[in-house]
Amino acid sequence: MRINAQITIGAPPSLVWATVSDPGRYRHFMSGVTRWEVMGDRREGLGARYRMLMRVGSAEVGGLVEVVECDEPRDLAWNSVTGIDQRGRWRLREEGGSRTRVELRLAYGIAGSGVWGWIAEQLAAPTVRGHLRRTLQQLKRQVEQEQLRAAASARREARAA
Amino acid sequence: MDREATDGMKRTNGHGDPQDARQAAKGVAASPAARVRGRAWLTGLAGFASDVAKLPARAGGAAGKAVAGRIPVADLDERDPDYIRESLPRLWMLASLYHRGEVRGLGNIPEQGGVLLVGNHSGGNVTPDTQVFTLAFSSYFGVERAFYQLAHNLVLSMPGLSFLRKYGTVAASHDNARKALATGAAVLVYPGGDYEVHRPIWERHRVDFDGRKGFIKLALSEGVPIVPVVSVGGQETSIFLSRGEGLARRLRLDKTLRLKVLPISLGLPWGLNVGDVLGHIPLPAKITIEALPPIDLREEFGEDLDLDEVYEHIVRQMQDTLDALASERRFPLIG
Repeated sequence: MRINAQITIGAPPSLVWATVSDPGRYRHFMSGVTRWEVMGDRREGLGARYRMLMRVGSAEVGGLVEVVECDEPRDLAWNSVTGIDQRGRWRLREEGGSRTRVELRLAYGIAGSGVWGWIAEQLAAPTVRGHLRRTLQQLKRQVEQEQLRAAASARREARAA
Repeated sequence: MDREATDGMKRTNGHGDPQDARQAAKGVAASPAARVRGRAWLTGLAGFASDVAKLPARAGGAAGKAVAGRIPVADLDERDPDYIRESLPRLWMLASLYHRGEVRGLGNIPEQGGVLLVGNHSGGNVTPDTQVFTLAFSSYFGVERAFYQLAHNLVLSMPGLSFLRKYGTVAASHDNARKALATGAAVLVYPGGDYEVHRPIWERHRVDFDGRKGFIKLALSEGVPIVPVVSVGGQETSIFLSRGEGLARRLRLDKTLRLKVLPISLGLPWGLNVGDVLGHIPLPAKITIEALPPIDLREEFGEDLDLDEVYEHIVRQMQDTLDALASERRFPLIG
């Protein structure tokens, strides 16, 4: 099952990238995510591994994931190593006027689970879709808020100078 | 069939001629020679009646031997992570949609090493809380983490339930539990066992281990922490009326099958359900489970600890949590 959600954020891609590439911030804006822990020495970038869990229904599902694509500030993709099969991707594209089109993709399932697996994927889809949408809304709020603060701070410094 | 039982049947049938029996059944007039054989047949019938009266005890003994003979020795390798992983969607649907399961406090379970998970048991012979917890544990820690559940040997001896071994279910015994804990696995045990799981519905919010303290000795001998796991809702999946302890004693089930109870309940699809041997269709009660912080027995109670004190502490802690979980429920079944 593959789910997409997208949103436009009023900030440049570099600012959005700073948030989505930092594993320490995931718990603050990723809806439904109960864990996003760094596993191993590499904290971010290609090859970084995280233990992630997302609450869906009665279970916290996820597992160990690894960053398999890191093209700053455009694409960040991960694949599952253990746990349910999943592939996720942040896709950031610049729009005019310092705006960024952000797309969050998540494909998930359990290979070999047959028709029950297919049914479960369909039943879980509304919850996962809701998590992705709320994640993007929270990301937008967080990034735009940071941008406002940064602008206010710059204005204060200019006035002080 | 067990030899004792088959011998009994041979004795009853050995006196009578099957042809005479068929004639008698059809009401056909018998010859003088046949009448002589008929008296012998009547004697046989009396013997048969006498044997029938003894059948419950014999059947219990026979079944007991059969079960004892089929107690699976725990082969920890029978646990199949791939099977568990592939069945997670089914478990997820059952837990999420049917029981609206909610599992809290999994972060309290140590990430690594052996741990004894001690739960209160509910739901009769169909235990939805175990299913919900197995799903939650397997998806939280991953199917790679070894997780075993101790079950009554009768459960594992039943035809059609062998798949439980793939989930890591092993016959409840100290040896099996020790074997699993020694590998650094998490082991789920229900000290209350068949006694607690069949408690009447009006005692559904009560932790009742029947004074069984073996789990404490097990944790001490293996040096593993205890994590109490408290669940609510499982005892609302059927209308449990009585444990039927007196009935079990009279039928000698305690001696023959290690069963102290012969539960009586109202459940689907049977209506009145005596014994719950074939299980039942659980009602869709909401199940809530909470794992409590780990208890390191020697750290909390010292080297010279008192078993009764530890037992009371754990049961009281679990009862307090169960009371809190029960107070969150607005309606039975619905939660």
